[in-house]
Amino acid sequence: MMMQPTRCTNDKPGDPGYEEHLAAFEARVGRGDKVEPGDWMPCEYRQQLIRLIHVHANSEICGALPEGGWIPHAPTFKRKLALCAKVQDEVGHGQLLYRAAETLGKSREEMIEELINGKAKYSNVFHYHAKTWADVCVIAWLIDAAAIVNQTMMADGSYGPYGRALKRICYEEAFHLTHGYDMCISLATGSKVQREMLQDAVNRWWEPIMMFHGPSDKESKHTEQLMKWRIKLMTNDEQRQTFLKKYLPKMLNLGLTVPDPNLHFDEATKEWRYTEPNWKRFLEVVRGNGPASALRLATRRMAHEEGAWVRRALAAAQAGDKVPMPTAA
Amino acid sequence: MSTDTQWRVFEVFHQQSRGEPHIHVGSVHATDGESALLMAKEQFGRRQACVNMWVVPADAITETAYEDADIFEHGTDKSYREAFGYETTKRARAIGDTRDI
Repeated sequence: MMMQPTRCTNDKPGDPGYEEHLAAFEARVGRGDKVEPGDWMPCEYRQQLIRLIHVHANSEICGALPEGGWIPHAPTFKRKLALCAKVQDEVGHGQLLYRAAETLGKSREEMIEELINGKAKYSNVFHYHAKTWADVCVIAWLIDAAAIVNQTMMADGSYGPYGRALKRICYEEAFHLTHGYDMCISLATGSKVQREMLQDAVNRWWEPIMMFHGPSDKESKHTEQLMKWRIKLMTNDEQRQTFLKKYLPKMLNLGLTVPDPNLHFDEATKEWRYTEPNWKRFLEVVRGNGPASALRLATRRMAHEEGAWVRRALAAAQAGDKVPMPTAA
Repeated sequence: MSTDTQWRVFEVFHQQSRGEPHIHVGSVHATDGESALLMAKEQFGRRQACVNMWVVPADAITETAYEDADIFEHGTDKSYREAFGYETTKRARAIGDTRDI
């Protein structure tokens, strides 16, 4: 058998031999060694990774929804082709990540089920409506940019299967980022209406984008442990700075403004200063109380139910049964 | 809970061009080999060149354990298995052979 998730024994504090196992594990991870599915790992390491990868996978699946809705309304055929490709990539990334999480012992079935039932979280940014075409451009450029900062860092993390999936994902997302920037350049150098549309989208998306990397280091409860085990290699605030340093100058260069009067570059620390996002609101949103949360889950559930006949047909074919025809909805 | 999405796992290998080895790229869930190929083509064949793809049920693969990785370590010097383990060029020059060996 290959790559079967093995439940480790003595993997919790207080278990016999736990401290010795933990010391060896942390020494290995500290050297930059990768952890593979059959290896001993602390139960907490496994649980944290399952939680992170599951949320990440759900975010890819839900991330396809705001953009998918715009495919019929893309302004040109070329943009429509690119958007179709991007949406297909996002769904593919979801599947890659569910597989990576499965190597830790949670089934894809459970993860899909928990998303549909509203028990599992997904990224804050996909709880908002994509109101105009400019929203699609801002999502593709800046949200993919923020995601690439996160994923490039996570790809070097300690868990082998997650890192492998992320390397493939980052490679594909390079196209999303380039195409997103290309679309934003078109609007920023276009007519007055187009420029205003882009600025309006930036105004509405700025806060969700500033929340994307998660609560500030002062409030983040998992960061220290995650960094010790090299699941994460940068704190949330460090990721936000990396994003701002690279992309804010590009935004300003397009003639865009950002709706934060406190935003400025601090020459002394060489860091951007900004108004701290409202983390209480962030938690409300990711718990499923964002403007588009109900719509996202309803769409996901509908897709799952309407695709059930395909899964039934495949299962029937496998069992050698007659394949049932789809019934009208 | 429904169980209709939890199919078998197939490992996927692709070959970028004729003459190259098949390389492991990931895995998919599928009911059988044929549907695994369909899924694998969508998942792993969207961009890079591919002339041939294999899918193998994951449960058909037998693997070594990482904790036994020392079985691949050499207990003794194995340089006699390598071309670099010999100083034959020097010896060939000494007997007047100036060409490549």
